[in-house]
Amino acid sequence: MAIIIDENTNVLVMGITGRQASFHTKQMLAYGTKIVAGCTPGKGGQEVEGIPVYNTVREACEKHRIDASVIFVPAAGTKDAALENLEAGIKVVVIVTEGVPVYDEIDIVAYAKRKGAYVLGPNTFGIVSGGKCKMGIPPNQYFVEGDVGVVARSGTLTYEIVGNLTANGLGQSTVVGMGGDRAVGLTFVDVLKMFEKDDQTKAVVMIGEIGGNNEEIAAEYIKEMTKPVVAFIAGKSAPPGKRMGHAGAIIERGKGTYQGKVEALTAAGAKVAPLPFEVPALIKEALGRK
Amino acid sequence: MKMFEYMGKELFAKYGLPVPKGRMAKTPEEAAQIAAEIGGPCVVKSQVLSGKRGKAGGIKFPNTPEEAKKAAEEVLSMTIQGLPVECVLVEEKLKIDKELYMSITIDGSAKQAVMIASAYGGMDIEEQPEEYIIKKHIDPELGMHPFFARDVVRRMGIPLNGPHGKEIVKIVQTLYKICKEKDAELVEINPLVFSGDRVIAADSKVTIDEDAMFRMVDLPFVEDKSPAERAAKDLGLSFVELDGDIAVMANGAGITMGTLDTLQAFGGTPRNFLDCGGGTGREATAKALDILLNLQPKGLFINIFGGITRCDDVANAFKDVYEARGGFPVPVVIRLVGTNQDAGREILRSIGVEAFDFMQDAARRIIELVR
Repeated sequence: MAIIIDENTNVLVMGITGRQASFHTKQMLAYGTKIVAGCTPGKGGQEVEGIPVYNTVREACEKHRIDASVIFVPAAGTKDAALENLEAGIKVVVIVTEGVPVYDEIDIVAYAKRKGAYVLGPNTFGIVSGGKCKMGIPPNQYFVEGDVGVVARSGTLTYEIVGNLTANGLGQSTVVGMGGDRAVGLTFVDVLKMFEKDDQTKAVVMIGEIGGNNEEIAAEYIKEMTKPVVAFIAGKSAPPGKRMGHAGAIIERGKGTYQGKVEALTAAGAKVAPLPFEVPALIKEALGRK
Repeated sequence: MKMFEYMGKELFAKYGLPVPKGRMAKTPEEAAQIAAEIGGPCVVKSQVLSGKRGKAGGIKFPNTPEEAKKAAEEVLSMTIQGLPVECVLVEEKLKIDKELYMSITIDGSAKQAVMIASAYGGMDIEEQPEEYIIKKHIDPELGMHPFFARDVVRRMGIPLNGPHGKEIVKIVQTLYKICKEKDAELVEINPLVFSGDRVIAADSKVTIDEDAMFRMVDLPFVEDKSPAERAAKDLGLSFVELDGDIAVMANGAGITMGTLDTLQAFGGTPRNFLDCGGGTGREATAKALDILLNLQPKGLFINIFGGITRCDDVANAFKDVYEARGGFPVPVVIRLVGTNQDAGREILRSIGVEAFDFMQDAARRIIELVR
């Protein structure tokens, strides 16, 4: 099955005429993603990689069935773009853009909730259902079909760990990037629940990092899960009070520490890999494979 | 982006929030002048981005302009937690009947702004028991309304029909207005004081969302980054100085932390955190390499897993710096995989550099080389 997107998902690319978006449109098509439309206000009537471009999302929706959209527009226009896609009734909106103001993020996430839609991001690498559909920017060759679900905040670290999984013969059901910013659409618990229900997924990798308390909240749910969970938490070596790159990665007032997260996850029955390349061995152990 | 107390208070005053009489001074003479205008007991407060000013002696209480001049002289020569004092705030000394606490910040887990208030503010707010701390989330679709503020006042135990209650209802609403209009991720008043019938913001702490700077044109800020951190920020990169000896560049906050964790686990010490992710181009990457080499590390470790970052851009930047400097002054190890990997490795080979496939192998190698 896979979660959120699959081989039947029709995708719209928002901002498709931009440099990054057109490059990644080509990459997504090469992966097998069914991109049916693009939207850039003022560029309607053009084509990018053979995909028709429309001026508005509503216009694209009149011509095509659209199940999901991926947004590549600059930060200043992201709120408008995200709300346009949600208002048009699209139920999965993936926001790759980084640097979106936090109050804009709060408004996007609140509106998505009202519309019953999933928002991935802002500041996400996207989502890949192994061998079926990719929305976002991960490099194609490392993502293959299999039975490991992956959920993460951070992009490149996910490629690192997925690359290690694939090199060890472990494909993925779906790899979900929740986004690295403060206010993003999904939580670890939302995604873990979907993996728990998904037939294809046999084990889950959770990639977290220091700061916040999302990993601790996830640990409470992991206690109830029947499927094994292996976690990696980045930032063991980070000094307190320093913001390491994105909003997730800051420890304040003794909360969100590496140690606290590892203890909560271990107590919940998850295995924690000390370093990224140690994840595959723990997954194999959990699944009883060699 | 952070503000000094006086900047925050000037912002408060523009929004009609009650602040003490007074203003900022850069010299003892200006401080004396302001004290004379106030015409009574004053407070001279050091303006630094540190919460421990009082305990460090950076707050003084002169009674006359002459004393204010002397107090400012002393405070302006101080260094508080490593930060030199470059200006002071001179304002009226308040008769304090009661200290309260009030702030709005972002709760990432709830994906909403949250109002935090307490009838027991002041220096020890962090030690107050949970039941004295009121937290009330602000629904973004509903926005701020008087009823929200009245409920905060009720829960603080302050009579709503008294002069203080009415004033706090206004303050609560104004704080949220500032947050929304100025993209503030933190607005804090600690303490908010009762002084007779007045309610006054005796301190201010304001942090503006860095990601919203593109729409903030008229606000002053304090530079709180080192020169190298500022240079990286101007390139759109995220950089933090640490105290080890291996300079590190990786692409993405998570993998950069993972790289530091791996180096440390193998016995190495990172000199910095540098995230050059997010599709940083050839030129900016080259400048970032220059920033790292200028730190004079014992070795340089580049760990790239290309997604939106393209391996050929990184390799070209590497080659540009290599050629401009006639080679590298320290051992360099580069791990390069992902988008346009083959093109990137070909470029590196043209200058005799072979990239690694795996982070762990590359990390072990750089540690060997700097030993």
